[in-house]
Parts: sequence; structure tokens; C-alpha cells
Amino acid sequence: MRDVAVVGFTQSPVLRREAERNEVEILIPVLEALRAQTGVTNDELGFVCSGSSDYLAGASFAFVAGLDAVGAWPPLCESHVEMDGAFALYEAWVKIQTGQADVALVYGFGKASMGDVPMTMALQLDPYLCMPLWPDSISLAALQARLCQEGGVCDARAMAERAVRDRAAAKTNPCAQLKGDFDVDALLAEPFISSPLRRHDCAPISDGAAAVLLAAGECAAKFRERPAWIRGIAHILEPQDLGVRNLLASRSTEMAAERAGARGDRLDLAELSAPFTHQEILLEQALGLGEATVVNPSGGALAGNPIMAVGLARIGEAAQRIWSGDADRALAHATSGPCLQQNLVCVLEGA
Amino acid sequence: MAELTAVVGIGQTRYEAKRLDTSMPGLLREAAIKALEDADCGWADIEAVVIGKAPDMFEGVMMPELFLSDAVGGAYKPMLRVHTAGSVGGSTGVVAASLVQSGVHERVLCVAFEKQSESNAIWALSVALPFSLANVAGAGGYFAPLVRGYIRRSGAPEDTGIRVALKDRQNALLNPLAHLRLPDISFDKIANSPMLWDPIRYLETCPSSDGACALVMEKQSLAEKRSRPVAWIHATEMRSEPTIFSGRDQVMPRATLDNAASLYKKAGITKPREELDCAEIYVPFSWFEPMWLEGMRITELGEGWKMTCEGATARDGDFPVNMSGGVLSSNPIGASGLIRFAEAARQVRGSAGKHQVDGARRALGHAYGGGSQYFSTWIVGSQKP
Repeated sequence: MRDVAVVGFTQSPVLRREAERNEVEILIPVLEALRAQTGVTNDELGFVCSGSSDYLAGASFAFVAGLDAVGAWPPLCESHVEMDGAFALYEAWVKIQTGQADVALVYGFGKASMGDVPMTMALQLDPYLCMPLWPDSISLAALQARLCQEGGVCDARAMAERAVRDRAAAKTNPCAQLKGDFDVDALLAEPFISSPLRRHDCAPISDGAAAVLLAAGECAAKFRERPAWIRGIAHILEPQDLGVRNLLASRSTEMAAERAGARGDRLDLAELSAPFTHQEILLEQALGLGEATVVNPSGGALAGNPIMAVGLARIGEAAQRIWSGDADRALAHATSGPCLQQNLVCVLEGA
Repeated sequence: MAELTAVVGIGQTRYEAKRLDTSMPGLLREAAIKALEDADCGWADIEAVVIGKAPDMFEGVMMPELFLSDAVGGAYKPMLRVHTAGSVGGSTGVVAASLVQSGVHERVLCVAFEKQSESNAIWALSVALPFSLANVAGAGGYFAPLVRGYIRRSGAPEDTGIRVALKDRQNALLNPLAHLRLPDISFDKIANSPMLWDPIRYLETCPSSDGACALVMEKQSLAEKRSRPVAWIHATEMRSEPTIFSGRDQVMPRATLDNAASLYKKAGITKPREELDCAEIYVPFSWFEPMWLEGMRITELGEGWKMTCEGATARDGDFPVNMSGGVLSSNPIGASGLIRFAEAARQVRGSAGKHQVDGARRALGHAYGGGSQYFSTWIVGSQKP
């Protein structure tokens, strides 16, 4: 395998609603900032890959306009996944492994605020048997949370503690959407929005974009003194049907972590894309994260959840802390589908 | 150096306007099982799955691969979902190949599909967004002006498109999987069919189809052990450019010319017309055959129509194109590109049945999409490169 590193990362401020800007207008400053940060030019890009979803935009081919933001002229070797940008990063990493590219640009973007997100996500379900019942994403997560509470995986207090932790950490993240000091008991006094989930158990609805620059081997040194080397990256999908999955654990995360060579006891930090507090606990358990690992120093998805960019941003947030020397070994995670159906794990190291 | 990769299994559904006999999972599974049988593999032999399709609104399911991948053995495996507009079938093949070429996986399955009967493509392509130019025209209305631009530039005779349609529809009669099989097809019948988007007539247009196509690819050391012929992947390439900007040549976009140049360089080809034996080119409207013959640098700019009119692209010509009947005969949009790639592979494996080109050793698979802005191609050969 070729050594590949994350050498650039930028993101837009994560907002509840980008009222004034469309996706391209959100992306342009993010990509401009990445160029300023790294000095990369389009002619150096051996590959470009993006992640987005037509259903968030409410239109077919919504990703095509991303080419305007990249300025794909002269034409670029480019591809797109209908997935989080973290999976686009995986495709770019594979492309670099083939030797067909040395430097790759990856971006992800989503404007979830334009629709009713929980109901839109119901359209991900089996259209013949499940979707006609319109089980929204919060209700499905609540079913899983109920199982977790009854199965002894976690309780409401442990869930609230995750929200408090992440939002406190987010105070240092200028791009985070939800940040501040919260009190666990006060949160637990709040009403349910879908029992046993309270508002703080759910990631917010967010708009945003993120971009990452990857570079192979010696190219990486051109862009950064201390690159964040990808030591392992893997992803696994579970069946979607909730009836055939063990919802009290994240088997796909365990498998991806094993393949990526992630070992919980040797990680300085972990950036998780959990859209719900009980899922953050499930991920911590699947990854074997202990006291020695700082979870979500950026605030994670619970402090801002721009769907299609949030996983890529986790990789970027982890990489930043390696560039700065704050961490030597970090893990980043992305997810997709109802109740953590698909999970990606990326392990980054400073040396 | 990348791992040499080969196509060792090919599966296609039959293509129809409405496959009411099967669900979406059933459709993908039908193609996947055929590909596995062709490759003499089981589900457990597949390490990763790549799924491709065009816009999600074509079926009305958001990211449908999440519920579909279980049906094609994707459970507890890595799965990627590719979407690059109409070129997506081709891109799906390119991404799947890269998983093996990179050394990450030894054997992968890719499936591309569209079940257009679940929704309505013209509607899905015509949703008007605030502050955006509404294109309530469908694909035919979008591409007709580009065809007129081509005719003006090249001076191609008016009946060029009719000749392409006649050839592809005659070829489709030899392909039992083709959606449109019109036994009484004739030049006059096409010429007299209604003009939909001048100069594109009804019978010069692709249908709306349901269907899926699947390929199994594996690394050299596995493929070499096989007793049946495989299709070695000599080169893949992708190029994209923005839809609209001042001065963009939409008739002959730079992305297609750059894509072709890079693809041939990778494959060590200098004279594509002589060094390639046949091609499956993405031709959703008849006139795009001569246009992409030029766009793929198989002939000089302005001369593509001559190849068509001289019969060079017929099955018995010197450069057969769309022996399977092409997109004009079967168009499950998201799969159409992968079908081109698969049909190219069938030719060099010698497994193309009645539409086999005798002695085909090297073939081109081609897909394009968006506003003539996404290009995805590969070259496969019966021998290693």
C-alpha cells in the first residue's frame, strides 16, 4: 500500500439554516480556503471525488453543480458517491493506491434544512414493505435507544453526558453549531421528543460543506510539515432490516475498526459521527475506546451534523490535531443508513 | 504499479419497459446471480460490492443501495454507491476495477441498475429549483440543440441519424436481452416516425427500461487460473467538466477529447480505429454515434458521419459499434454505461452470442452523462496488455 496523508482540511460554519447561499455558494469559499491553506492548484489534482445526496437538495443531479465550485476546467478526472464525503475520501484513497493519482481533492456537502430531514430519511427504507409506514429517522433511533436502555447498554444519564461533553468540547470549534455548557440534570428534565430520546439526544439539523486534500508519499511533504498519515481505512455495511441486526452493538464498526487496524487503547482521540447519543455510546463500545482517548474534541456530530459532509469533517478534525502535534494517533468515523447501518473507520498517525 | 485486473463474470437481466414481475432487489439479484454463475463464484467469494445508478428520484428511494445491497450479498462487506449522472454505469465499472487494481480487494462485484417503471424519469429530471434555470425538457430536448450544432459544423447528411438507428435496431434483433426488438424495422419506418425534438425522431430515441447489469472482477493471479476466457482491463479513464460556462463547446466538449487521449495513452494505443476491433458507445439519440466517434478520436473531427454512412460501424464494417443494439435498444439509465462496458468485455471473451464480432481482441466501452460533461471509458482485451 502507498502511504497517503490528509494534508488539507476546510469546512463551512455549520448552521441550522444557510438561508442565503446555495450549495455551490457554500462550497466555493471552502475550496478557496483549502487552496489558500495548502497552495494546491487544479493541475496538481490527479483525482477529485465528492459526496452528496440528491434527496437533500430535492433535485436530480444536485452534485453536478459542485463542478462549478471546483472549477473543473480544464476537465478533471472526477467521480461522485451518493454517500458521505468520507466514502468519497475512501474512493480517492483507493484511486491513489492504483498509482493513477498522487494528489486528490475530496469534498462533501449538504443542505438538510431545505426539507423535513427525519421524513426524508424514511425514503432510505425498503420502499415496498417499510417506507409506506413512514418510520422517520428519529423514531427508528428511538426504538434502538429503547432496546439499548432495556438491554443495559446505557441509560438516559449516560446519553445526556455525551451531549454535555460534546457541546462543551465544541466551544473551541469555531464551525460548530451547538456549543456551550449544559447541565445533565437539567437536560434530563426536558420532555421526550420520541421516547426515550430527548432533544439533546439528537444531532441538530445542519447545513454545511467540508473539503479535504489527500497526498501520497513524498507529495505530502510539499503541502504539510507533519501530515496525518492514513494508516488504515475500512468500511462495512449491515443489512438494513432492523429485524435481522443486533441493534445493541455495532458489528460493522467493530469489523471496520479491525480492518483499519484501530486499537482503542492506543488512540489519542476519536472523532465520531453519531447522530444520536446512544449511538455514540455504541460506537465507543465497538471501538473499545477507554479513558485514554479523547472523544469528539471538535464536538462531533452531536454539535453539528451537515449530512454528507459530517463524516468527512470528522476525518479533517482528527487530521488537524495530528498536524498540530496535539495527537499522534487518531480515529475518525462516518456512518450512513438507519441505526448505524454502514460505518467507516479511518486511523490517522503523525509518524 | 497497479494490479492487473480482469472481468471474469458478466450478468444482465432482460431489458423491458416495466419489469413488473420483480422488485428492485430481485432485479439486481437476477443480474448478480448470472454474473456469479458466469464467474463460477458464490456470494462468499466476493469481498466488496459497488452499486451504481442514476438519480435516486428515478425510483423514488433515497440512497437505495442501503436497502438493496443485502440482495446482492453486500451484508457485512464494504459497499460503495457511485453516481456520476448518465455515465454512472461506466464509472461504477471504473471504481470497481480500482478496488482490485489498488490491491485492496482480490475479487469484487459491481451492479448497476435502473428500474424506471418505479417512477418517471422526465419528472425526475424536471424538478424546478429556486433561482435555477428550469429545464422542463427531458434529455431529448436538452441534447437536440447539440445535435443541430453538430450537423451545422460537420455538414453531415440529414439521414445520418436514421442510418445509426436502423443499424442499432437491426443489431438488437440478434440480442435476446434487448428491450426494443422491432422485426419490421426499416429506413422508411424510422424516417416517417414522429419528430420529437428536431432532428431527433421517435425511432432515433432510446427507450425507458428496467434492467440491471453485473460484473465480477478479480486480480491477475486468480484470473490466470481460469479455463474460460476473461477480459483483461487495459485502461480506464474518467473526465468531467462544468455544465455551462461562456465559451464551453457543448457539441464537442474538451472532457471527451481529453478522456480519449488519456485512455489511449494508458492503453498504449496510437491508432484507435486500427488497434481497437469494436466499440460499445453510449448513444441515447442516434446522432451521438458520429459525435462520439469523433469525441473518442476514432476519426477526425467532422468525419464521424462518414464512418456511419459508409457502413464502417455496421457489424461487418471495419469498426463495428453497438453490436448489442446499444442504448437505443435498451436504456436502464444507471446501468446503460455498465452494459456498454460489459458488452465490450463479452466481445473480447468471445461470449457475445449472435452479435459477436469475429476475432474481437480489443474493445472500447464508453459512457457519458450530464450535459455532455461526464465521460467514463475503458478498454478491455482478450490478451494481457
